[in-house]
Amino acid sequence: MAINKSVGSAQEALAGVADGATVMISGFGGAGFPNTLIKALRDRAPKDLTLIVNSATHRLSFTHELIDAGMVRKVVCSAARGRDKGLSPFEQLWKDGKIELVCLPQGTLAEAIRAGGAGIPAFFTPVGFATDLTKGKEVRVFNGREHVLEHALTADLAIIRADTSDRYGNLTFRYTQANFGPAMATAAKLAVAEVRLINDEPTPHDKVQLPGIYVDRVLVAPEIKP
Amino acid sequence: MKLNRSQMVWRAAQDIGDGWLVNLGIGLPVAVADHIPQGLDVFFHSENGVVGVGPLATGNSADTDLVDAGSRTITLRTGASIVDSAWSFGMIRGGHIDVTVLGAFEVAENGDLANWDMKVPHKGPLVGGAMDLAAAAKSVWIVMEHNTRSGGPRVVKQCTLPLTAPRCVKRIYTDLAVMEIGPPGVIVHEIVEGVSREELQQRSGANLTFAPGCKVLAAPPLADVEA
Repeated sequence: MAINKSVGSAQEALAGVADGATVMISGFGGAGFPNTLIKALRDRAPKDLTLIVNSATHRLSFTHELIDAGMVRKVVCSAARGRDKGLSPFEQLWKDGKIELVCLPQGTLAEAIRAGGAGIPAFFTPVGFATDLTKGKEVRVFNGREHVLEHALTADLAIIRADTSDRYGNLTFRYTQANFGPAMATAAKLAVAEVRLINDEPTPHDKVQLPGIYVDRVLVAPEIKP
Repeated sequence: MKLNRSQMVWRAAQDIGDGWLVNLGIGLPVAVADHIPQGLDVFFHSENGVVGVGPLATGNSADTDLVDAGSRTITLRTGASIVDSAWSFGMIRGGHIDVTVLGAFEVAENGDLANWDMKVPHKGPLVGGAMDLAAAAKSVWIVMEHNTRSGGPRVVKQCTLPLTAPRCVKRIYTDLAVMEIGPPGVIVHEIVEGVSREELQQRSGANLTFAPGCKVLAAPPLADVEA
């Protein structure tokens, strides 16, 4: 049967997502947040999720709504700081011991996801050595410098935002929209992209930024912002 | 005369080299881009994947898909390119950034940097790319006020706040002095007029040595930027 990754609704896009899932969510600085899919995930309301996301608190992403709704038991991120002086709902949950938080240097987070999709179970990096974020982690010296062992990250679901797709799931991204999206799609069992447009014609090979073999479902969704 | 914040970043900008790839930290350091000497061809890197950040976007040219690490809408310079996060941090970790200019809470005399965690109780951690840049850029320069608001030193013997990376800082630009971290510790290369060596030492937590050619730190008049 001819491949067609397009799905008709956000519900369909997330079919099969279960309690306890590990979910990667793309986006950085206002670009590439899959806000339609985040909202659909909130409506589907699976429990005990682990989120892998660069910023758990960005004002232009709906990620915090998943946390505020009590659906999340663990967050792996590089930024968990609430925006106000007082405690955010996330910070309150963390303080009360109701949510687990793993903070990683952003490049370690990105590389752990890349490694997860590339068959590398763990890697040594000089970043984070002798800091609070690598306490207890194995250290080895290479070329006279200390490196820390970090483990790859994989997920059950990745939700990402791209610009265009074709029926094969070949994705293009606008400007800085890509950020964590391509790596996350490679590291998840189920990768779902929301896009501005699905083209009838296949995307020219030299315009494809993420091959469709990494993408399972594509949903057309206008970009929504909080 | 102590420098204002614009003059501090101006001074750091004068040391940027032609053809360099430069990463500027969020906050005061991004203003370094406004003071690059004429005639230099410099590329600015933003950790979300931009190689060749141009001036901030204004009005209709602002596009929310084209942002920098501080979520500001930007433009691209000619010759720019954009990569994804894994590649962007590979660029940082792989030593392809010639210099990163960052802010700091404390710098120790051995180059230890503390610039990510103020230890505010129960506020969630926010590290972003700070550790990657500090640990892996070819050179790490710090722009910061010489003293804290309460008058305490920021150039210290040993950091009291959590480290971002050990032994990484090469230069420090403050409102009072330009310093280098070298084998003997903190070496002062320039000091503003009206501040004696004794006063600078007294306002520092680390032992200072003064370079043989220690000069006056001066900058052109510039309007101060918002703190």
